[in-house]
Amino acid sequence: MGAASAFFLRQHGRSVVLLERDVIGQYASGVNFGNVRRQGRFLGQLELANHSFALWKRLPQLIDDDLEFITSGHMRVCYREDEIAELEAYAATPEARELDLRIYSGRELHTRFPFLGPEVKGGSYAPHDGHANPRLAAPAFARAARRAGAIVEERCEVTSVEKVGGQFRVTTSNGREYRAEQVLITAGAWGEKLSAQFGEPVPLITKGPQMSVTEPVPYVLKTVIGVYTKMPEEELYFRQIPRGNIIIGGCSHTKPDMLNRRAHFDPRSLLKQLQQMRRLVPDMTNLNIIRTWSGIESYLPDSLPIMGPSGKVEGLYYAFGFSGHGFQLGPGVGDVMAELMSTGGTNTSIAPFGIGRFADYTEQQRRAS
Amino acid sequence: MATARLKDLHKEACRVVIVGAGPAGTRCAEALVAAGIRPILLDENRRDGGQIYRRQPEGFSRDYATLYGSEADKARALHQTFDRLRGQIDYRPDTLVWGLTPGQLCCVSQGSHSTVEYDALILCTGATDRIMPIEGWQLAGIYSLGGAQIALKAQAVSIGRRVVFLGSGPLLYLVASQYLKAGAKIAAVLDTSPLRRRIAALPNLLARPGVLFAGIKLLAQLQRAKVPVHFGVEPQRILGDASSGVCGVHVRTAAGDDLQVECDALALGYHLRPETQLADLAGCRMRFHQVSQQWLLDTDEQGRTSVKGVYASGDSTRIRGADAAEHAGRLTAMALLQDMRQPVSSEALALHRRALAVMEQFSQGLYQAFPWPAAQAGALPDEAIVCRCEMISAGELRAAVSEKGASEVNRAKAFSRVGMGRCQGRYCSQAGAEVIAAAAGVDVELVGRQRGQAPVKPLSMLTEELKPGEEVAL
Ligand SMILES: Cc1cc2nc3c(=O)[nH]c(=O)nc-3n(C[C@H](O)[C@H](O)[C@H](O)COP(=O)(O)OP(=O)(O)OC[C@H]3O[C@@H](n4cnc5c(N)ncnc54)[C@H](O)[C@@H]3O)c2cc1C
Repeated sequence: MGAASAFFLRQHGRSVVLLERDVIGQYASGVNFGNVRRQGRFLGQLELANHSFALWKRLPQLIDDDLEFITSGHMRVCYREDEIAELEAYAATPEARELDLRIYSGRELHTRFPFLGPEVKGGSYAPHDGHANPRLAAPAFARAARRAGAIVEERCEVTSVEKVGGQFRVTTSNGREYRAEQVLITAGAWGEKLSAQFGEPVPLITKGPQMSVTEPVPYVLKTVIGVYTKMPEEELYFRQIPRGNIIIGGCSHTKPDMLNRRAHFDPRSLLKQLQQMRRLVPDMTNLNIIRTWSGIESYLPDSLPIMGPSGKVEGLYYAFGFSGHGFQLGPGVGDVMAELMSTGGTNTSIAPFGIGRFADYTEQQRRAS
Repeated sequence: MATARLKDLHKEACRVVIVGAGPAGTRCAEALVAAGIRPILLDENRRDGGQIYRRQPEGFSRDYATLYGSEADKARALHQTFDRLRGQIDYRPDTLVWGLTPGQLCCVSQGSHSTVEYDALILCTGATDRIMPIEGWQLAGIYSLGGAQIALKAQAVSIGRRVVFLGSGPLLYLVASQYLKAGAKIAAVLDTSPLRRRIAALPNLLARPGVLFAGIKLLAQLQRAKVPVHFGVEPQRILGDASSGVCGVHVRTAAGDDLQVECDALALGYHLRPETQLADLAGCRMRFHQVSQQWLLDTDEQGRTSVKGVYASGDSTRIRGADAAEHAGRLTAMALLQDMRQPVSSEALALHRRALAVMEQFSQGLYQAFPWPAAQAGALPDEAIVCRCEMISAGELRAAVSEKGASEVNRAKAFSRVGMGRCQGRYCSQAGAEVIAAAAGVDVELVGRQRGQAPVKPLSMLTEELKPGEEVAL
């Protein structure tokens, strides 16, 4: 979020400093599954997701870099008949119109997607959704921001942000000090640490999603597949990249080690993934897994991000806590935050994401301390 | 964590797991059994002996002298010890440890998965070849020195009819002479280290005169058999094409002349690198070893790592060879016993320490005599492949440094895919680090090391969890 915001703020002619404690895109943004998926999101977020999607399509020109974005299509499948009705209801909402969703079931489903196992009962196909390479994205935005005139500092940790007089004073652990009229906090899973400094704590929790990848095989599975279910252990998603590897995620989480800033992969979660994979695509499983990893992802209780101005401090803005869908949103969030900070408003609806929705929590924390 | 309980445990109740049944693992198990502990010993191979004293598959019947040459007595002694131990340890061959969490190992054996719990873990995982790429090394017919040796030892086959040995280090001469003895035609031995380095290293190498002499004898044998041996060569490229594989190699000699040698197979290697992934996954600290220019596990002299309850021994900590591994295995067993407040013999402790110190000095000599050719990485042409699994060239890796600003190994991997393939950087990441360092104009130590990720080796998606009560038949 930080890198994209820095880039778009420069497009508005603002002078920008981007501070990163480690290296750009090392955490959630650089290690995620790479889904550029809109279907299945909270309906109130689709407008922002659509806006982001439009930017994804233009990225090679915008930032002069190739993030391996492909509109391969996204298929959301389910194992139960009654879930098909839920997929249909989603597809029928006015908000989802732009996604051109199409529901498949029965014979037609298995003819169109012959590799799906017999247990799969239905699916919702989004022809325009796709995927991209997360390892490249945030660093590419940061390079583009730098080329456009932003100052980008890596290995530079923000220790405190204060407002003194009309100005913010940002102090870093390597002894630097920056002054600014506006501050945007895009610290991902660490966002709450900084918002709490301004008396706006939020109940943010961290999770380490589990990812694995196979050796490369001929590129045949163009569609990203994800399971729609209410049972966490059934949650599985996979995609193949043109290079041939199949990337698999889901089924379980670990608790990230926030002290050493590492989310570990629990080898046992791979077995769960393989079990679910055999169910979802029985014929695809005679391959080898060559690598596994995890990353640090942040969640608010409603799985929605914090985005918008601070409720307490003039000139302070937030964009963090993007849970499992921030990769797709990144370009859109950067653009919208830049617009908001530069013009005082935005045409894209971000009302549901205000930090004010946790005002009660702030109050509780204040009383408890 | 399971490991913190070590000292309160009775030795009968302490679950000690050793990974690796080579010289270090075997001697470690022997010492633990003598102290009344019954360790679990896991090894991915079907038979014990490790890399150097690898046993032939069942049904093969070459004798010790043919198989192990001058090392026959040591091989026999180790195998006999192992056979004696079998009833007193829980030995599980054909079992790959592919991942771990604190207190638990994830293992796969014949397609079935099981977990093994531990209070103490001793990693005796050995070493693999240390490789520096050369243009054309992705062609069919190129093997690592270790791979060439396994083909001969385990299956009695040569990698080709006319074989070139290229690289440096004691293994270069050892494998070449084993091939010679087996009747293979050796087209040339091409050593990148100049002869004067060996002379300068003599004081250290004299720490083990017997071994030094054996090494000189190997060279003499090769020369007597009229095998061309060249010192101080600069590798240029491997010749051949994708359809018919390697047909020769081009090097520059120490005198600066071009030399082309025809061959249909080539074995490549520069000494060894420790196999450290499991220790890395366990969170053990590593440190940069100036002498060998690589990252090693940070252990004390008895094999205690930075993680309580996790020990490492033999080549997996540093490359000192099989004899040292036997001493190190015993010392590590003693470290564990000490940590469990069990008595150990101080004479034995002193004896093994002294022996190891001598071997350490000798190993320093080897690094002096056969240096890792770091400069070769900087000189690799852009078209040369660095990462064979992903087929990434030196040029692509350099672009990650110069165009995308990656001057750290894991960053460069993320941008370029070097080290991201089947071998997980076990063969390419040290050379990759040199390419990055050269392109960034910094010391190789500063570009860091590639972080380990499970699985340690490719794991079949057909792997199924063993249900409680089910056993793998071995
Ligand atoms: C394994 C995994 C799979 C996922 N799959 C998908 C997917 O398929 N599709 C999708 O859309 N989303 C996915 N997500 C979610 C997505 O990655 C995140 O929502 C998104 O990347 C969040 O971006 P961010 O910029 O908010 O956070 P981050 O990428 O975590 O960036 C925050 C940065 O702030 C820095 N920072 C924190 N504190 C300080 C400080 N005091 N000083 C300086 N710097 C600081 C951190 O070092 C970090 O680099 C996945 C996430 C994970 C972990």
